[in-house]
Formats: sequence, C-alpha cells, structure tokens
Amino acid sequence: MLSPTAVMYEDEVRRIQEVADQLAVDSRARTILVVDKNGQLIAAAGNAHELDTTSLSSLVAGNVAATGGIAKLIEEEEFTGQFHEGKGISVHLSIVARRIILVVLFDKNTTHGLVRLRVRKAIEQLEKIFAEMAQRPQQPQVNVFAEITDADIDNLFND
Amino acid sequence: MSFINYSSREINCKLVYYGPGLCGKTTNLQYIYNKTRPDAKGKMISLATETERTLFFDFLPLSLGEIRGFRTRFHLYTVPGQVFYDASRKLILKGVDGVCFVADSQMERMEANIESLENLRVNLQEQGYDLDKLPYVIQYNKRDLPNVVPVEELSEVLNPTKVPEFEAIATTGVGVFDTLKALAKQVLTELRKGG
Repeated sequence: MLSPTAVMYEDEVRRIQEVADQLAVDSRARTILVVDKNGQLIAAAGNAHELDTTSLSSLVAGNVAATGGIAKLIEEEEFTGQFHEGKGISVHLSIVARRIILVVLFDKNTTHGLVRLRVRKAIEQLEKIFAEMAQRPQQPQVNVFAEITDADIDNLFND
Repeated sequence: MSFINYSSREINCKLVYYGPGLCGKTTNLQYIYNKTRPDAKGKMISLATETERTLFFDFLPLSLGEIRGFRTRFHLYTVPGQVFYDASRKLILKGVDGVCFVADSQMERMEANIESLENLRVNLQEQGYDLDKLPYVIQYNKRDLPNVVPVEELSEVLNPTKVPEFEAIATTGVGVFDTLKALAKQVLTELRKGG
C-alpha cells in the first residue's frame, strides 16, 4: 500500500499560520516554523524568508527522528522537547500532537523562559487544530489529481 | 507520505535511494544536483563522516513544473549504506513515497546487494510498507567497471518482480535521470489513483 496522502486545506493552513504569527510576536522570537515529522514545512513566521526553510525543515525532522529513535531504544515514549543553545541564536523544538514539530529560533531579544511560556500556549492552540483535522476524512472528497494524464506527467520532464 | 498543500498549491513527495555501501547513492544525488537548473533545486545537504561516507542522509529538494496548478516538489534522500547504520536507515524510510534501489554491478558486491535488498524489504515491513506495492525502480550502477555481472543475471537475482530497471554510470550521469524520472512518474501515477 502507498502511504496515505496528507492533505491540508487553505483554512487549516491559515489557522496554523495565525498561531505561528502570534507566537512570533508574543515570544519575540526571530523565526517560527511548523514542520511535519516527515520534514514538510507547513507554516513559517518571523524572518523565515531570510532562511533556507526547506533544508531547515528536513534537518529538524531528521533530528527529531533520530531523537525519537534514541527514545525507543531506552524505552522512553517520546522526548517532547529539545533545546539547542547557540552563542547568538538558540533553537527550541517541541513535538505537537505526536506528528508536528514546532520550531522557534530566538536570540538575545528574548529569553528561553518567555519562549517556553508562549510556546506552551501555541501548542494548545495547534493541538486543537490538528485534533479537528484528524476528525475529518484525510482523503480529499474530490481527488483533483484523478484527472492527471500521462501527458501531464511527461510534460514535467520535458526541459 | 505525499503531502498536498491546498494553500500553497504544492504536492511534496519523498523519494529514497537505498543500496549497499559505496554503490553510488550519493553520487546519483550529486549528479542530479549538478545538472539541475538553479531555480529548480534547493541546497543539497550531506550529513557525512570526515571520510565522506554518508552518516545519516543526503537531502536534495527538487522542484519540477506544475501539474493542474499544483507545483510538484520531490524530496530526494539517500540512506547510509554501511551495514551498522541500520537504525538510521529505518528512520529515513518513514513517510517514503517511492524507492530506488541502487545496486553495485561489480561481481564482488553481489552478496552486499542481496543483503541490502533484503534489509530494505524488512525495514519497510517494520514501517508497514510492502516493497511490492510501493513505487519502486532498480538501478544497476557502475556499468563502466571491468568486473561487472551481466545485467540479465543482476535482474534475475535482484529484480524478480520485474520493476523498471536501468543501467547507470552515476559518476558520468548515464542512466541517472532515467532512473529518477521513472520513479517520479510512478509516484505521481499513484497519486492519481488517490494513494
């Protein structure tokens, strides 16, 4: 079986984006990323446009996967948070609803304590959104890709 | 698992290059990276040891054109081929949409190919996947070397289910894009079925 397709609709992405934007303001962090555990970026806020968010997302997911592997080996259910302290910028990672990684990059403009406090509130909001998403059918009611032709696929490679 | 974002109108798919140590998985990605237009690729990331052996994974994001208004993006990953990195290999297979098995054509690597392919099947099963039902292609790499096993023989041993197979010389790029295209096509075709 092919793994099921994850589908995210505009309204859901918009709500997640709002949480990320609010967290960027409240925590005074530089950048907020919402990434799924497979390394796909869902939302970004703050100065994310200055960063290579695709690479960051993939590495964060790899990092969380490796840490999850360690947890499994020592029979710990999951490490729900990680903190990487740098001289200029630090990174706070949290797992949300077992499938999403909330990434906060912050500098001296704020404190780790404030970040943790604001992240807690954001996690509650995100959990609610993802719980609602889990309730709705995962497959799109209308598969817009059902009409893809072989020619469409071939055209992708004609350059 | 492929990820469809209706907000940014993007389809993201994950392709994994698997195979025994030193078979040329990273070389495949490097060639693709070097030959792709700058606007269609992101940075290639290699988490490697000091001796340039893959430690965790290589990662290359590729952006193909649009299909029905959706931008198609492929995330290419390699696994570390060395036997003792099995725990890392399992992690990278999570959420995979398509697999390319890169075999080393040299006679003395035949056993390593068989072992790696068996390892792929087992690791996929652990994640709840069946290799026979996933988009899957095989590449016989290093065809330019002197002591290679004939393709018919490789095919008989490594490709009993007759999935698309390609001869390649990854260092010069022979067969590299053919392999990638065949795999990407299968993944998109699965998406059409409503995967």
